[in-house]
Amino acid sequence: MTVREIEYRDALNEAMSEEMRRDKRVFLLGEEVAQYDGAYKVSRGMLAEFGERRIIDTPISESGFAGMAIGAAMMGLRPIVEFMSWSFSLVAADPILNNAPKMLYMSGGQFGCPIVFRGNDGAGGQLGSTHSWCVEGLYSNVPGLKMAIPSNPYEAKGLLKTAIRDDDPVFFLESERMLGTKGHVPEEEYLIPFGQARVARTGKDITLVSFGRPVNFCLEAAEALAKEGVDCEVLDMRTIRPLDIESIVRSVKKTNRCVVVDQSWSFGSPGSEVAAQVHARCFDDLDNFVHRVHTADVPTPYATNLEAEYMPNARRITEAVRACLYLA
Amino acid sequence: MLDSPAAGGGLVMNTLMSSPAQPASSHASSPVSGGFDVHGLGIDARPDTAPGAVRVSPTNGQWPMVEPGLALQFLRKMVLVREFEVRCMQAYQDKKIGGFCHVYIGQEAVAVGCNAALRPDDPMVTAYRDHGHALARGMSARACMAEMFGKVDGCAKGKGGSMHMFDRANNLFGGHGIVGAQVPLGVGLAFACKYEDEVMAGGALKRVAMSFLGDGALNQGSFHEGMNLAGLLDLPAIIVCENNGYSMGTAISRGTTMGHQITAKAQAYGIDAYEVDGMDVLSVYHEMHRIVEHCRATSRPAFVDMRTYRYKGHSMSDPRKYRTREEEAHYEADDPIGRLKARLEEEGILAEAGFKAMLKEVRAEAKDSVEFSDASPAPDLAELHTDVFVEPWGPYTGSSDPKMLGGAPRVPGFRAISNPETQL
Repeated sequence: MTVREIEYRDALNEAMSEEMRRDKRVFLLGEEVAQYDGAYKVSRGMLAEFGERRIIDTPISESGFAGMAIGAAMMGLRPIVEFMSWSFSLVAADPILNNAPKMLYMSGGQFGCPIVFRGNDGAGGQLGSTHSWCVEGLYSNVPGLKMAIPSNPYEAKGLLKTAIRDDDPVFFLESERMLGTKGHVPEEEYLIPFGQARVARTGKDITLVSFGRPVNFCLEAAEALAKEGVDCEVLDMRTIRPLDIESIVRSVKKTNRCVVVDQSWSFGSPGSEVAAQVHARCFDDLDNFVHRVHTADVPTPYATNLEAEYMPNARRITEAVRACLYLA
Repeated sequence: MLDSPAAGGGLVMNTLMSSPAQPASSHASSPVSGGFDVHGLGIDARPDTAPGAVRVSPTNGQWPMVEPGLALQFLRKMVLVREFEVRCMQAYQDKKIGGFCHVYIGQEAVAVGCNAALRPDDPMVTAYRDHGHALARGMSARACMAEMFGKVDGCAKGKGGSMHMFDRANNLFGGHGIVGAQVPLGVGLAFACKYEDEVMAGGALKRVAMSFLGDGALNQGSFHEGMNLAGLLDLPAIIVCENNGYSMGTAISRGTTMGHQITAKAQAYGIDAYEVDGMDVLSVYHEMHRIVEHCRATSRPAFVDMRTYRYKGHSMSDPRKYRTREEEAHYEADDPIGRLKARLEEEGILAEAGFKAMLKEVRAEAKDSVEFSDASPAPDLAELHTDVFVEPWGPYTGSSDPKMLGGAPRVPGFRAISNPETQL
């Protein structure tokens, strides 16, 4: 296998480009995706290769173009909708929540909705509260959609290719803070199946369960804790729906402790769901209740120091691990 | 009096069995005389040069008759929709239909005339007052009624209900319950029609997509965003506003700026706009045929202010206190079924005996749909977890087509893209 390092944004670009070469039904639309080469340069060069019929600039009109893409998906096309930020998807809540995930059910199996909604999710760039949404908590509540959240360039490419080939609507949560991160992405084609967590670090003392960018914070915390003699296992869940609860249960039955690290707000979140399921499935295996690290339960602040404290960072994860192990 | 199903039946009888108050030929020139005009201005009361409106007047005061077979089909379909809706109202009162139920009585000419102007492979999408569109498009009365009864033989296996009629075989992409939400979807159907021709190598299919909305949807952002995209991307989208003058209980003049001239809204998006008399199926058919073929040839969107009137309330619980019985009577005299029937009799195409036979047949069909739905089983409880995702995983058991589609081969990935040669 060739060793090659590319940026997260280019991994996304490769995934889309490869799938568009493979399947003419696939097209990309969104704000600034074509002539501007992508607001964050994710779609750089795609207009030149695929032309304006398949790389489509839209007006700032999320509800309209999300709905339009859903109609096209009902006809059998496979749209990729780029939200410049998932924060902007809130004005498209009706089409993406009321139409895409429910179409198959409400039509009694007649019309599916093979569509990918993708874009930047999460805080960390001093954008203030309205532009810093982590939509996992809100949107994972809805049945009928799948949700992928890649933690590095390798994951981003493999998961996005799977998302584009999926017959159901996929919410694909990227991170603006990681777009420039480089990582190993092989030249050879690969896909990463949904619903199969990755053991990002093997350990025996405690299980850290996380999604997306905070997986990296967990690994950072694990390295620090290793120096204190605490051996953490880190699970990168890859997808929130489907949730690979079996991998979590397997790990927790080994370590007997669990901390969930989730960049969304705590109330009604993927983190609270994992905690509930672990408590139900591993009740007799746990040495302590499942501890959770979330963003603070406040609107996202602007100031650098406040925002850093708001996020689930390595220090807060380390503290939670110590507490869960009765070391605090 | 019109709240009870019996009165509803009486309305059908009265309008169908007697001649309309005015001869049909007088309608084209002044259909809304007498002081009642829910649309703010009479259908024909404005000059042809109104900004933003493209109008073509019928020659000699009335629209030409179509060939007799088609005309009789129009009449039969309109009567079927009305008889079906009367049965719905009865079934709702009998608590066989739950939730919300919005009947189409009065607006029949719109769905029937518009559908006849389309090709069967042209996609269509509509809002929640959708039974008429489903029947006009070709869904069986049985599948439509069984859906409302929440039975497994319904078009969506009883999972959608009154507001959500889907029929893949007839290219009906729903029934949608959120006001205005279907407009961007319909624009997306048009996008796919054009994409198929331009990208999928081989299509000279030139399909067009028709979307319906009510005048109440004119103030939703989704309508304006959809219109902008249709105009911007040159999509073959025909957006038909079934303007019955009321968004629920709010008259158009109370809720919509420029309510007397909604075609001006289309002008803002560079979209050709038309005003059509929606109470005359011949007007609807001729006008829409011309609009559809223009759209097919040019791939340019169109907007239609379709002037119509709903004889019943917004839904079954609506006492209609926001309008007078005189106003209703006025529009009932303009009944689309009565108008076509009178015209067919005038031209010697239909005799009273022929009409009675048709009515008897249609009533039997509507009654049969109720009996069929009574007998149809409720969905198996296992259906709760089907059709959530295409393939099975976890608690979800995959998906399958409803019985209505007759076990026809399921197109992989639900591709409605009609030419298999173009698929990869």
